[in-house]
Amino acid sequence: MAHTAIGSPRAGDHHMSKPVQQLDRVVIRFAGDSGDGMQLTGDRFTSDAAFHGNDLSTLPNFPAEIRAPQGTIHGVSSFQLHIADHDVLTPGDAPDVLVAMNPAALKANLADLPRGATIIVDTDEFSRRNLAKVGYAVSPLDDGSLESYHVHALPLTSITVDALAEHPLTRKDKERAKNMFALGLLSWLYTRPTSTTERFILSKFARKPDLLAANVAALRAGFAFGETTEDFAHTYQVAAASMPDGTYRNITGNVALSYGLVAAAHQAGLRLVLGSYPITPASDILHTLSGLKRFDVTTMQAEDEIAGVGIAIGASFGGALGVTTTSGPGLALKAEAIGLAVSLELPLVVVNVQRGGPSTGLPTKTEQADLLQAMFGRNGESPVAIVAPQSPTDCFDAAIEACRIATAYRTPVILLSDGYLANGSEPWKVPVPADLPALDVTFTTEPNGVDANGMPVFQPYLRDPETLARPWAIPGTPGLEHRIGGIEKADVTGNISYDPDNHELMTKLRAGKIAKVADTIPGLEVDDPDGDARVLVIGWGSTYGPIRQAARSARLTGHRVATTHLRHLNPFPLNTGEVLRRYERVIMPEMNLGQCAMLLRAAYLVDVQSHTAVRGLPFKASELAEIIRTAVDGLEATK
Amino acid sequence: MSIDLGMPSSGVAFVPQLAEGSPALGRKDYTSDQDVRWCPGCGDYAILAAMQGFLPELGLRKENIVFISGIGCSSRFPYYLDTYGLHSIHGRAPTFATGLATAREDLSVWVITGDGDALSIGGNHLIHALRRNVNIKILLFNNEIYGLTKGQYSPTSRAGTITKSSPLGSLDAPFTPVSVALGAEATFVARTMDSERKHLTEVLHAAAAHRGAALVEIYQNCPIFNDGAFDVLKDKDEAAARILWLKDGEEVATGDRVAVRADDGSIQVVPRAEASPTRIVRHSVDTEHPSSAFALSRLTSDGLLAHVPMGVFRDVSRPTYDDMVRGQVSAAVEAAGGPATDADLAALLAGRDTWTVGG
Repeated sequence: MAHTAIGSPRAGDHHMSKPVQQLDRVVIRFAGDSGDGMQLTGDRFTSDAAFHGNDLSTLPNFPAEIRAPQGTIHGVSSFQLHIADHDVLTPGDAPDVLVAMNPAALKANLADLPRGATIIVDTDEFSRRNLAKVGYAVSPLDDGSLESYHVHALPLTSITVDALAEHPLTRKDKERAKNMFALGLLSWLYTRPTSTTERFILSKFARKPDLLAANVAALRAGFAFGETTEDFAHTYQVAAASMPDGTYRNITGNVALSYGLVAAAHQAGLRLVLGSYPITPASDILHTLSGLKRFDVTTMQAEDEIAGVGIAIGASFGGALGVTTTSGPGLALKAEAIGLAVSLELPLVVVNVQRGGPSTGLPTKTEQADLLQAMFGRNGESPVAIVAPQSPTDCFDAAIEACRIATAYRTPVILLSDGYLANGSEPWKVPVPADLPALDVTFTTEPNGVDANGMPVFQPYLRDPETLARPWAIPGTPGLEHRIGGIEKADVTGNISYDPDNHELMTKLRAGKIAKVADTIPGLEVDDPDGDARVLVIGWGSTYGPIRQAARSARLTGHRVATTHLRHLNPFPLNTGEVLRRYERVIMPEMNLGQCAMLLRAAYLVDVQSHTAVRGLPFKASELAEIIRTAVDGLEATK
Repeated sequence: MSIDLGMPSSGVAFVPQLAEGSPALGRKDYTSDQDVRWCPGCGDYAILAAMQGFLPELGLRKENIVFISGIGCSSRFPYYLDTYGLHSIHGRAPTFATGLATAREDLSVWVITGDGDALSIGGNHLIHALRRNVNIKILLFNNEIYGLTKGQYSPTSRAGTITKSSPLGSLDAPFTPVSVALGAEATFVARTMDSERKHLTEVLHAAAAHRGAALVEIYQNCPIFNDGAFDVLKDKDEAAARILWLKDGEEVATGDRVAVRADDGSIQVVPRAEASPTRIVRHSVDTEHPSSAFALSRLTSDGLLAHVPMGVFRDVSRPTYDDMVRGQVSAAVEAAGGPATDADLAALLAGRDTWTVGG
C-alpha cells in the first residue's frame, strides 16, 4: 500500500528519525465499540492539539445505548476532530484518517471517507465472528475493497498486550489499554509529545498504580511503535494557528453554558438555583453546576421535568435566578409552567439542548427542530424571548445574554443549544470577569403607588416604561405583600380580572414587552467581504460554523456571497427585514424542515429559501458551498 | 456518611419574629382586600377563618409567610390572605414551594391543595415533597369531589360515587391521603376537619412547629357537589361514637370503644369490655416505625367513616431537604474562604489546562 500525505500537504521538512510533512489541517476520526474508550482517546488528542496551539473543533458521536452488544454497528462510538494552523469553523466534513478499532467501526464509518484517506485498523478484532456480526462474508482487509485507501492493518490489541507483558494485570485489563496505544501512535504520527496525556493518566489513575503504569506504558509503546515500524514512512505536523493574544483553554458547549449561568448570577449578585431532571444531551449542565456549590449554586435534581421548572420558578419568586435545563421532550413537559412564568412575569431561564425528535427521537444526535416549540409551544398568547448560541464557546455568552433578558424584562427566556454544540469543543479565549456585562438587578422595596385614599400601596403590575417589566418584590419585603398567579390579572394592581378589555390590554402588554427586548440587542451584522453579493445565507444556532466555512470556500471559487447569523430568535433584531430585503436571494440552512425560514417569511414577507437536513449531524461545509455556488451561478445566468 | 449539620428543630427557626414591642397583629392584618368567592356554605370559609385567627398567633412577620396553591376551589385561598402568595398550576404547588423554601430559609411556606390537585394530577409532586422532607406545610382540603370543574368524582371519592362523569358509579378504588403520606415517608401527618376550629388550629400549630414536610388532611364539606359527606362526624352523638381523638401518650379510644392491635397487624376498634389490656393502642406520634400510624390510617380506608382517627398521626424528626441543600452550599462557600470573588470566577473559567498565545 502506498503512503502519501495524510491531510493536505504543504511543505516538506525533517524531524526526528523520519521525514516530517507539513499539513495545514487534518481531520481525524477515532471509532470503536462503546466500551473501547474512543471518547476519551479523542478528548486526549484534542487536549494535546489545543496545547500545541492548533485551532480545532470536535464532533463526538455516540449511540444512546450505554453498552450496545459488543462488536455491532449499534455499538459504534466515534470522536472526530479537526485541527489546523488557521481558524477552524467546523469539525470537518470528511475524515482524512480513520482509526477503526473493529470491523463494525470500519463499516459504520467507511462511507464518510474520501478516497485516499488513511485507515488504521486493529486486525486482532477482525475475527470471523466479528466480521460476521456486521455482515462481512470476507474480511474487507483481504478482498481488495479498500484498495483506494491507505490502510495500516496493525494487530493493536496483541502489540499492546505484548508491550504490557511485565505488568501485573489481567489480559482483559491489558487489552483495555489499546486505546492508549492507538493514541500514542497517532501522537507520534502527528508529532505531538505525549506529556499532557501522561499528566492526565497520572491524575486519573492516581489511586490505581498498576493501571497508571500500564496506560503510560501503552501510550509510550504506541509512540515508539510508530518510530520503529516500517508501516509509516512520514510523520506530519500541523503548525500552531495564529489566534488573538490571550489565555486559552478547550471547552465544550455544555460546560461553557454552565459557566455562563454562573457568571451571569455572579454579575447580577443573585443566587443561582437550578431545578433539573436528567436528560440527554443536557445532563452535563446539571453535573457541572452541581459541582459549583462554592459559587452559591443550588442544584436540585427534581422528580420530573415539571418539578424542575417549578423549582426554578419558586426560587425566582424568592429572588434567585431560577434556571431549568432540558432537551426537547422535557421542554414539552414544562410548557404549562413556562406559560405560568409568562403570566407571573418572573425571570426564568429554560435551557433546551435540542436533539432529534419527535418523541424520544434521537437522544444523542443533534437537531434544531424545537424552534417552533420554543416560540409557540404553550397555550394562549404566551411570548418568551429566545436566544441561540452559535458555537460551543458562544454557549457562555449566550447564557449570559439569556440571563440578562430574563432579569431585565422579568420573563422566561428559552436558550436553544443543541447536541452538537453541547458535546463539541473548541479553544476558548478565557474571558476576564471585569469584561463581562454588568447585570444590574434591583428588587423593589417600597410601595410604588397610592390607593383611592391616598395611602401608599404596592402595585405588582405597574410597569417600567422603558422595558415594560414589572417590579420584582420578593417575600420578606415588608409592606409589599401581594399575590400573583396564572389567572389573568388586572393591569397595575395584579388583582384577578376577567374583564375583556383588560385581557386584551394585558395580552398586548406581554407581547409588547418581548418586542421591546429588540431595543437592547445588536442588529444583524452581515459578512460580505466583496460588498456586492446578491445571495445572502442566513443561519441561526450551530449552523454558524458550516455556513461561514461554506461561504469561505465558495468565495475561493469566485462566488460572491454574504452571510449573517441570528442569535436572537425572538424578538428578531430590528434590522432583520432590511437586511433580508437587500439581497436577491436569501437561503436559510436549518437542521429541521424550515422552521426559522417560516418565521422570517411570516414576519418580513421575504422569499427565504430553506435548505434543510435532519440527519442528526451538523451540515457539511462542502454541501452548503455547493448550494451557494448553485444559487450564485443561477443569479449570474439571469443577469 | 452522616453529617451533623446542626439541624434546627422548629419549622420556623429561621423565620423572623415580630419585633418585640411592635403591635400584635390580628385577623384583619391577614385579610386581603379581595372579595371571597367561594359558594355559600363552603367549608373553605371555616378553614380560612381558622387560618386568619391562627397566623397572628404564630408571631411571625407576615411578609415572611408565603402561601402557594395549585388549581381548584381551595387553591384560591392565597388571594384572601394578606401575605405573599402564588396561585400556580394544577398539581404542581409542591414544586414551587420546594424551590422557594430551599432558596429562602427565612420563609414560612404553606401549600394549599385539594384532593384532586394533590392526589390526582399532582400525586407525583406530593409524594416527592414528603419523602424529601422539605420544610413546607401542605394543607390538603379533602371534599372527596371535584368542585371547580363541577362535580366529577375525585381520587378520594368512595367507590360507587355517582357523578356527572360516573353515572353508574365510580369504579376507582379511593386513596386514603394519610396512608399515602405515611407510605411516602412523611415525617408529619395529621387529620382535622373544617368545622372543628379549635382542633384545626392546634393541628396547624403542630405542623408549623414541625421542621420538615407536614401533610394535614382537612375534611371539608362541598355543599354543592358532595354535601354532607362528613355529616356523620359533625353530628354530636355520631361524632362521639366515631371520632378517635389522637393524643400523644394516650389510649386511642372513642366513647366506650377502644383501638386494639389485631393478630394480622391491623388496628380494630372494639368495645372496651372485649379489649385485652395488652392489645390496647396507646398513641405515640414520634415512633420511628410508621406501621402503627399506618394501621390507624387504614380505619378510614375506602372512605369508611365508622371510626375516624383525628389529630397528629406521626411527628418524627429527620433532617430536612432544604436545610441539607443549604448546608452543602454554605459548607462549600465556607471551605473556599467565603463568597466567590471575581478572582474565583476567573479561576473557574480558566480551569486547569490553559495555554497562552502571544503576550
